[in-house]
Amino acid sequence: MNLNFSETEKMIQKVAREFAENEVKDLAELIDRDSIFPEDTFNKMVKCGFTGIGIPTEYGGSGGTDIEKVIVVSEIAKKCAATAAILSIHGIFGQAILKFGTDEQKSKYLPLVANGGKKGAFALTEANAGSDAGAVKTRAVLDGDNYILNGTKCFITGGGQADYVMVFASTDTSKGIRGLSAFVVEKGTPGFSIGKIEDKMGIRASETVELIFDNCVIPKENLVGVEGKGFKMAMISLDGARIGVAAQAFGIAEGALEEAVKYMKERVQFGSPIASFQGLQWYIAEMATKTETAKWMTYRAASLRASGENHTKEAAIAKLNASETARFVTNLALQIHGGYGYMKDYPLERMVRDAKITEIYEGTSEIHKVVISRAVLG
Amino acid sequence: MKIIVCLKQVPDTNEVKIDQKTGTLIRDGVPSIINPDDRNALEEALKIKDENDAEVVVLSMGPPQAKEALKEALAMGADEAILVSAREFGGSDTWATATILASAIEKIGGFDLVICGRQAIDGDTAQVGPEIAEFLDIPQVTYAKDLKLLKDKLQVRRFTEYGDYLIESELPALITAIKELNTPRYPTIENIMRTYTKEVENSIKVWGLEDLDVDLTQIGLKGSPTNVYKSFVPVKSNNSSIIEGADAKEKAGTMTRILSELNLI
Repeated sequence: MNLNFSETEKMIQKVAREFAENEVKDLAELIDRDSIFPEDTFNKMVKCGFTGIGIPTEYGGSGGTDIEKVIVVSEIAKKCAATAAILSIHGIFGQAILKFGTDEQKSKYLPLVANGGKKGAFALTEANAGSDAGAVKTRAVLDGDNYILNGTKCFITGGGQADYVMVFASTDTSKGIRGLSAFVVEKGTPGFSIGKIEDKMGIRASETVELIFDNCVIPKENLVGVEGKGFKMAMISLDGARIGVAAQAFGIAEGALEEAVKYMKERVQFGSPIASFQGLQWYIAEMATKTETAKWMTYRAASLRASGENHTKEAAIAKLNASETARFVTNLALQIHGGYGYMKDYPLERMVRDAKITEIYEGTSEIHKVVISRAVLG
Repeated sequence: MKIIVCLKQVPDTNEVKIDQKTGTLIRDGVPSIINPDDRNALEEALKIKDENDAEVVVLSMGPPQAKEALKEALAMGADEAILVSAREFGGSDTWATATILASAIEKIGGFDLVICGRQAIDGDTAQVGPEIAEFLDIPQVTYAKDLKLLKDKLQVRRFTEYGDYLIESELPALITAIKELNTPRYPTIENIMRTYTKEVENSIKVWGLEDLDVDLTQIGLKGSPTNVYKSFVPVKSNNSSIIEGADAKEKAGTMTRILSELNLI
């Protein structure tokens, strides 16, 4: 058993940390306030090869596994959760193509979304198909050499910016989840449009939109894998996505802990720095304990996934634990800042808002408890 | 073309503390980094490589752990790395360091351009680059804030506090880079993974005393013409006083009296 970072991993961490400090930190407040998608930052992440992690170099990717991805996503999340979410969720499209796509789809899409600057999105959720993903109403009907898509997806991260969206639709409504299939829909396809843009509590720079398919004609070769396997593909993709959310969550917690430590050393009350008060020291001890635990559980899940082993349970545990940790740690970090923590001059109120989504998206905490208990009880 | 970039591994001075008793740097546990100006030097070489058929060789003198800085330079995109390292080189001042580096550059040979950082953050001398150029007997342009490669010569905008100079130079030449020259790139993930392997680590050449043609009387602590007599943190004292008064006229009167008493007016 080896729980130490290799030289390569340390270097990736160092570069990601410098990137977050120099390119991400100062923009976090602005892009949150005005809900601005950080296009420049995304392009810089492409240049550094962050977007290509987990895609083999023969497809134009950076190589590497979920371990490197967790390192980079968590370092960025320390400074800006929205930027980390954009990176992490963009990666799901490429991973799904890599795992389930045809050779043609891999050669066509992977170089573009890995380090080619094109963006991907993943569209499963609908108004009445959230935790109950099998209740998808979007339909895909085969018509000669094309499929005709009709339906509406909601809460799709990056759907407005995406060049390619993986859309889950039913090809056989009589079969429920066994009738779901996945399709690549390209931006600009007639009949495909963006609906409502959500006004969110947190990760405001990561745009969340409704996607509308109105007699949208897509070529047959855009079917990913085979008909009827969509649900399984979605669930396998979500296992990976959950590791991404866990990385965002423990990153947010690490960032909030750093802020709290810095403030406690500077802030003087009753004639001494508040770091000298035991009540607050114990807060720090609890925050550090939960953050470290969340971090290493996430690396455990990432390392299982990297070696191709089943990781459904571990990814769910990592995500549930890290997201609850993010909420706990950001709340205490804000509390330590007192009134200042409540003001927008400090990043804590943003961190509290950003942390909350990690308990909800890519499966709520409650769904994760279903997944975990099923895995444990059998 | 072949470009040689000299870089130095330095302690990250943002993290360094001074031992108040001895006046020396506490280096324990302080992370080492590529000297910031040297990063700009490397970036400029890599920019030339992006657009031309160029080979970038990074050269450093230092202890074995300076390989770390060279590895990072390879991850940024340098083609070859050479570490000059020997016990006899220890304690070298700028003259001795430049003697050794110039000898290493001659051994590499066939170069068109040498780029150094302006100065290292742990010494701030800004002497090594210019001295290397003197030893190699090639033209030098220091404080470069912009660099253009013309057909067979170089056009450099040289920054000074009185204004910029636009200088053209024949090749080969030596340039020293300032931070305004460019923004250093990050190593890409792919390059990091390709570079941080045993093979690449082993590919870094290490040249010792026997590999270089240097005069032993010109190198190391003994061959260094300068010596550090003492290093200390200057004591900050507050000698200022604020002139009080009811209005500007009264304050001006007081100030005139004080200056007059000091025979300054």
